[in-house]
Amino acid sequence: MILLRTVNLRKQFGDTRACDGLDFVVNSGEFLSLVGSNGAGKTTLVNLISAHLQPDSGQILFEERDITFMSVTDRIRAGIARSFQIVNLFDGLSVLDNVALSIFSRDRKTAKIAKLADHDFDVRDEALTVLGQFGLRGKAEVLAGGLAQGERKLLDVAVAYALRPKLLFLDEPTSGVSTHEKAQIMDTVSSVVRAGTVTAVVIEHDMDVVFRYSDRIVMMHEGAFLADGTPDQIRAHKDVAAILLGAPLSV
Amino acid sequence: MQADAAVARRSKLPLAVAAIMILLGLALVPLVAGLYQTQLLTYGLIAAIAALGFNLLLGYTGLLSFGHSAYFGIGAYIVAFLADDFGIHSMEAYILIGLPVTAILSALFGYICVRHTRIFFGILTLALSQVLWSLALKLFWVTGGTDGLRIPRPTLLAGLVTFTGAGSFQRFITSYYYYVLAVFAICVVVMWVIVHSPFGKALQAIRDNETRARFLGLRIRWFRWIAFLISGTFTGLAGLLWAPLNGLATPDVLYWPFSGEIVFTVLLGGFRNFTGPILGGIVFTYLKTYAVATTEYWQLLLGVVLVLLIVVLPTGIVGALSSLAVKLKARQKS
Amino acid sequence: MSILVIQILNSLLYASVLFLIAAGLSLIFGVMRIVNLAHGTLYAIGAFVTAWLVGQALALGVSLGWLFLLLPVGAVVVALVGFVIEPLLLRPFYRRAEEYQLLVTFGLLLILEDVIRVLWGGLPLSADTLMDALPSVRIGGFLYPGYNFVVIAVGAVAALALWLVIYRTRFGVMLRATSQDRRMASALGLNVGLVYVSAFAIGCFMAGLGGAIIVPTQAAVLGMGVEALVLAFVVVVIGGLGSLQGALVGALIVSFVRTAGIQFFPELELAILYLIAALVLLVKPTGLFGAA
Repeated sequence: MILLRTVNLRKQFGDTRACDGLDFVVNSGEFLSLVGSNGAGKTTLVNLISAHLQPDSGQILFEERDITFMSVTDRIRAGIARSFQIVNLFDGLSVLDNVALSIFSRDRKTAKIAKLADHDFDVRDEALTVLGQFGLRGKAEVLAGGLAQGERKLLDVAVAYALRPKLLFLDEPTSGVSTHEKAQIMDTVSSVVRAGTVTAVVIEHDMDVVFRYSDRIVMMHEGAFLADGTPDQIRAHKDVAAILLGAPLSV
Repeated sequence: MQADAAVARRSKLPLAVAAIMILLGLALVPLVAGLYQTQLLTYGLIAAIAALGFNLLLGYTGLLSFGHSAYFGIGAYIVAFLADDFGIHSMEAYILIGLPVTAILSALFGYICVRHTRIFFGILTLALSQVLWSLALKLFWVTGGTDGLRIPRPTLLAGLVTFTGAGSFQRFITSYYYYVLAVFAICVVVMWVIVHSPFGKALQAIRDNETRARFLGLRIRWFRWIAFLISGTFTGLAGLLWAPLNGLATPDVLYWPFSGEIVFTVLLGGFRNFTGPILGGIVFTYLKTYAVATTEYWQLLLGVVLVLLIVVLPTGIVGALSSLAVKLKARQKS
Repeated sequence: MSILVIQILNSLLYASVLFLIAAGLSLIFGVMRIVNLAHGTLYAIGAFVTAWLVGQALALGVSLGWLFLLLPVGAVVVALVGFVIEPLLLRPFYRRAEEYQLLVTFGLLLILEDVIRVLWGGLPLSADTLMDALPSVRIGGFLYPGYNFVVIAVGAVAALALWLVIYRTRFGVMLRATSQDRRMASALGLNVGLVYVSAFAIGCFMAGLGGAIIVPTQAAVLGMGVEALVLAFVVVVIGGLGSLQGALVGALIVSFVRTAGIQFFPELELAILYLIAALVLLVKPTGLFGAA
């Protein structure tokens, strides 16, 4: 089933065509990796879908609803969430609060002013569970600003995930983290996709990660799609090797 | 679940105990200190309420307003108008009428101001506050102009407690201190709950990372507006309490340097924690009183203190103390 | 008819002074992204210094013609103050949050306001002998001080001079480059520190000049700086922070609205101005010519 599709989506920055008439399709329940060299347009595509940017022309349809002009808030309510390339956290709040906030927002509890946040045990428990999934439970009371880089990345993904979106975009979730942490992030994302609760679109440069976890790989180049298929299909694709300069295609 | 609740309640216990101890200590002040000190501390508590309100906007929402004199001043002038034009002397009436009016003004100004951030927000708050200042100054037949409006002694507890006759000044100062202390205690509790509520967490999130907060589905402008409303109302309450004590409402309290003083108090105490503004309000009151009594050039003194503060103690007194505590604890461990 | 002419001339006079103050504020913000809350007080210092110098010179028996040379001296003194303040008090805070910078300038305001008190006491200082030095001009049935034309002229010349410096000199290019992108400018070898302190000094000079030229027409009084700052804010809000044209147009608008206000709604004149500022901020937050 198609969860999201774009119709002839275009975005230009000056002379650069970041998105050149894209017809992007995301199927429900898949783990999709979006790859390509820097400047290929991957982040722009995600930005357009998540309402960080407005398209020059084209349509975006989520569950066959036209969301092209929908606000950020509405898109999140509709079930689209994302993490950012540069880690975006609430440094002054604890790790637990960072995740709890997603849940409060999701459950529309952020207007509650007469109750203590700590006393909402449902939210607290769920936040701790999510932290557990990402291996951060031990750091629950630490301020987000005090985490190491790898942990910050984990938290970033956890915060987006806690929104329990239907479609989750992760922008380079494993950049700058150790191998162990990479595995942790990707294992968690993979498992929730398998559990059928989330569809994930991941922008990635680490091709080992991409080939190990993806159901489907879409390769972009200069604003257009170059290749689209399963890991095996991509490996066999003639142009892919040429683009992936020196990246070993190991199994 | 019940275990969680018990744990949560237990972890708040030391905090509650400390707060009650401090409250008891404050309650003993009129018994041990003279009238002058009691009166001064009353001003200090009033400044603390204003600072507490202000810091919801600065410390917790990340918005620096340079126009909070508007809300303090409106509170003061409302009392003056009620007393002079309507012969109302009940403190409760002042609060019951004054709070909604201040809230409406804060909501109005806030709605206009939160569409902007940073420097434009600050300038806008300043400009709006000066609209009120200029009106207070120029419409002298209503506001008394630079002479201001006199405010007679109020009655407390719905007219139950009045202050006339022999010894009334002493009784007024002492009783008013307890009245303000009670309101102060309520304000502290209310603000504490607000900043620890989901709403308060959302504010801090918006302060820390507006983009991410938006991508969590939070309506940024709405949160900032409500924070502004609450902030202005608290500061307005401080103005309401201040007027009967000062006995006079003048445009000075609407003039923009007074807004700067409010910012100063919060910076002095520390705007990154809850108790900072409270301490800042009280300490600043003493600091300014001392400065004014000591030298004709007290502005110079305060200015130097402010600059030194920013250089040496940017996190304020409370911030510095807590860093010190952390360091001491670390040294203890090793 | 002649009253109208006089109103217009008064507006231009006020606009001239407002422009000088606002242009200085705007220049400093444009280049350094600092809003200097003490800027009005620097204007006041210009007024006090000039009035004091004039008083001293008169006591020494200097003839009136030479007194006019003291006007720029007042401005230069304020520029020198700026040269000292920027590296000492402002530069240490550039890396800090904007809020701290604002508060430092507020501390500076408190300090300078009392410095004026220390140096010149609490009484107003006037320099009206300077005004009397020039003949009055006959407009209709009224005598209008000739000195006022000097004020208008100085404002116009300053606007032109500033424009020339910013857009026609190499230094101006450096100023504009630094204001566009400080790091880039530094990477290109520009001495950003020098540009900053120069821009600040020029801004202070403008404020000081405003004070210097106004003081023959109205005495220097305590608190004139604090009052002037808010008006300068109104001007730059309307005109656009960081824009020279904006400062000019804003000063003219504020000035004419003020004159009309005083004529028809004297009590509300200030309130109207602040409301206009608020309105502009609402509709076009960057002002008429600004580009935030």
